[in-house]
Amino acid sequence: MIVNQFLVLGALLFSLGIYGVLVRRNAILVLLSVELMLAAVNINFVAFGSYLPDAFASGHVFALFVIAVAAAEVGIGLAIVLLIFRNRSSANVDELDLMKW
Amino acid sequence: MVTSAVSLFAAEEGGHAAVELSSGGALAAWAWLIPVVPLAAMFVIVLFGKRFPYKGWELATGSMLFVAVYSVVLLISHWNQPIAYEQHVELARIGTLPAGDLVVEWGWVVDGLSIMMYAVVGIVGFFVFTYAKGYMEGDERFTFFFASFSLFAGGMLVLVSAPNLIQLIVGWELVGVASYLLIGHWWEDQANNAAAIKAFITNKIADIGLFIGVIIAGLVVGSFRITDVLDAVKAGDSALADVAFWVALALFVGAMGKSAQMPFHVWLPDAMAGPTPVSSLMHAATMVTAGVYLIGRMFPLYNTEGFGDDVRTWIILVGAATLLFTGLIALVQDDIKKVLAYSTLSQLGYMMAAMGAGAYTAGLFHLFTHAMFKGLLFLAAGSVIHGVHSNNMSDMGGLRKPMPYTFWTFLVGSLALAGIFPLSGFWSKDEILASISYDAGHGGGGVATLVLVVAIIGAFITAFYMARAVWLTFFGEYKGHGHPHESPRVMTYPLVGLAFLSATVGFLNMPGIATPFTDWLAGRLHEIGDHHAEAIDLGLAAVGTLVALAGIAVGTLLFRKDAATQQERDRFRIPVLYPLLEHKYYFDDVYMRGIVYPIRGPIARAVNWSNSYVIDGVVNLVGAITRGLSRVVYGGMDQRGIDLAINAVAGAAGEAGRAARRAQTGKVQQYAGALFAGAVLLVIGFVIFG
Amino acid sequence: MSFGDWVSQGENIVFLVIALAMVVAGGFVVLSRNVVHAALMLVVALGGSAVLFILLGAEFVGWTVVLVYIGAVVILFLFGIMITRAPIGRDSARLDHRRRWPAAVIALATFVTIVWSTTAFFGDEQIPEGVTRAADLGDSLFNRFVIPFEAVSFVLLAALIGGIVLARRDPEEGEE
Repeated sequence: MIVNQFLVLGALLFSLGIYGVLVRRNAILVLLSVELMLAAVNINFVAFGSYLPDAFASGHVFALFVIAVAAAEVGIGLAIVLLIFRNRSSANVDELDLMKW
Repeated sequence: MVTSAVSLFAAEEGGHAAVELSSGGALAAWAWLIPVVPLAAMFVIVLFGKRFPYKGWELATGSMLFVAVYSVVLLISHWNQPIAYEQHVELARIGTLPAGDLVVEWGWVVDGLSIMMYAVVGIVGFFVFTYAKGYMEGDERFTFFFASFSLFAGGMLVLVSAPNLIQLIVGWELVGVASYLLIGHWWEDQANNAAAIKAFITNKIADIGLFIGVIIAGLVVGSFRITDVLDAVKAGDSALADVAFWVALALFVGAMGKSAQMPFHVWLPDAMAGPTPVSSLMHAATMVTAGVYLIGRMFPLYNTEGFGDDVRTWIILVGAATLLFTGLIALVQDDIKKVLAYSTLSQLGYMMAAMGAGAYTAGLFHLFTHAMFKGLLFLAAGSVIHGVHSNNMSDMGGLRKPMPYTFWTFLVGSLALAGIFPLSGFWSKDEILASISYDAGHGGGGVATLVLVVAIIGAFITAFYMARAVWLTFFGEYKGHGHPHESPRVMTYPLVGLAFLSATVGFLNMPGIATPFTDWLAGRLHEIGDHHAEAIDLGLAAVGTLVALAGIAVGTLLFRKDAATQQERDRFRIPVLYPLLEHKYYFDDVYMRGIVYPIRGPIARAVNWSNSYVIDGVVNLVGAITRGLSRVVYGGMDQRGIDLAINAVAGAAGEAGRAARRAQTGKVQQYAGALFAGAVLLVIGFVIFG
Repeated sequence: MSFGDWVSQGENIVFLVIALAMVVAGGFVVLSRNVVHAALMLVVALGGSAVLFILLGAEFVGWTVVLVYIGAVVILFLFGIMITRAPIGRDSARLDHRRRWPAAVIALATFVTIVWSTTAFFGDEQIPEGVTRAADLGDSLFNRFVIPFEAVSFVLLAALIGGIVLARRDPEEGEE
């Protein structure tokens, strides 16, 4: 297995995730796309962790950290979406433009 | 020519042996005090006069006494050995004259002519100032009067001590100012104001000649020093010779103004509006003699062939005309001061005629004696006026009993003026006649002969009007309404003093016997080659005395009974002649209608118009242009240009902001999109550019 | 290495199949009109990544992904979908923005950039065979990376507390 195959896969998933983040109107779907991006990142980390001779297995360790932080982030993110839904009865992100000029 | 056959001793040619001139020593070196002390007295009187016990009079009289004493001391020293001293202090130097630098100097001259003038101003001034204390008693501007009088005395002394023409002009103008102040002393009466202005303006018009003459002389010679000008004459400087006629003529015009020669004589009778001490000192003894002094000082210019000696013909003619015509006017005056004023005019004519005849010493000697007796006559007339409270002889009469001192001194003065032996007037008048007669025989020709005749007639007229005055004032019945009383001693003592001088100073110049005066006058740097008689011309003396006695006789005859009533006075109204004399030959009318009214009327209006429209128009135009310019600058440049630029910058910043803030949509996804795009670009950048 | 050589290795075939499945699933996640479908497709993608981790010899990480991501996170998502009444079913509500091409451009640019960079840099590097033992991982985690480990535990704690605080209802106002 060449390292590049994982990197290309990761790039592909990452790009899809970017597309999803930018295009989706529902907040949940945006968060889903973010999860996709994080998964892609994980693939990259682990690929590199396996590729590079590292006594500390840093790539794998970081992948674990990413997973943990992603979980925390989803929890908080969903809580926020909930609050927004409660306030505005809608979870559409393009309606959240109070901070505009 | 006329008289040489009759004279016992022939008049001879020549001056005197050249005398060795001294430099005068300390006396001359300190002589700058002579003009300065009266001027300093003026300042002290102006500032502190009212605090003095005599309200400043003591300062003024003290300064006059100082000048009198100093001048007598100088005279004595000069008698021993003639002084010819000059000192200059440079005040400013400007390099512009064609022949040299323009130097402004102050200085003083001590020589025979100056000492004589110092003595006149000092001695007569001292008597007049003393007298004035009594005359001006109770006057509300007593202190100011003496300040002005001191100013006058100082100015006159500046004039006669001036070694350069600029300083002479300074003194000239100072006495003019003082004259204005003093004639108009009682300015509450508009007539006095008018008289003061008339004197000043008439003098000023004549001063044009003075200025022109001084400027040309200074430019051509390259220096304003009188010594330098006279040296140029002596050396025969051709540049000066070309213009000398005009210089001499111009200077004479200036002299005509100050010394009231026709046609500039009109101011002197009106100047009688001033207090009598003023009339005495200024308009009889000193200021009016400044013109004669000027001719005397510049005499080599008038005496040297090829320079100014052609002007002498004019001088003698003007002098003769003045002498005769003003004397005639004196015959018909009721105001005693006016009689004396016209008499002064007439005597000034004598002095000028003498100068015109080339008789330097004779003219100045008459100046000297005239100062004494005319000064006396005015003071005495003032005493009469003071006692009677009226100027007019028709309010007087029979005053010789209540006012004895006044009467006797007035009489002495009148006889001196008439030229009766042995009073001073006799000697000086005879000297003039002798000089004119000499000139007639030596170059003056027909003109001088004519003038001689005129002068003799003038002597008759002089005696006539003085006799008239004496009879009308002191004899007959008192026609006034007051209680005539003698004046206080402070006024009568000076009368006595001047009477004494009037009687005796004639002995200072008795041709053939003793002539110290001639020697005094000759003591100056430039020798005056005027003729001096070696002995009294008895023939002329006899003619003069006869004529004077005839005049007295006629006057007595006509006025002994003092023409009290109008009917008797009408006896004298010779149809054409009388009104002509009464109107002073219509000189004043001509001047008023011809000069004053046009100026006051149309010319003043035209000037006012031009001022309002032309000059103010220019000023307003400048203002309007400035306003317009400022509008352009403000509106066009500032508002539109500069402000536009600044506003544009601000607007651009605002627009940029307005445009830029559209990026803040508040939409998170757009921010995320921008972030990713930026990151990609950065990565590309890093990858490509390493 | 050519494609033929690469495909001849057994693991690469597996990789290829799994990768395709993941990409398709990812495509569904971002393109599907059904929210629940999108969430479930994420499960597929995450599952695929777990298999790949095992393939790479990172067994612990792989099973952690299954446990945490699929077991907890996606369930959380499904709850979230339900609570926020996200439009379920194939009905009208539009789920995407109207203007999608800037996003496509950016995504494409990102993809191209990364692929080009990695290809240029890594080329045909091989991954060595080997399995990372969990014991080694734990060793590394508690020795070398103990501080980030503790920090992450704080992050989790903060997320926990934050989640509770954010999501609870205020006692006085009952807002819906």
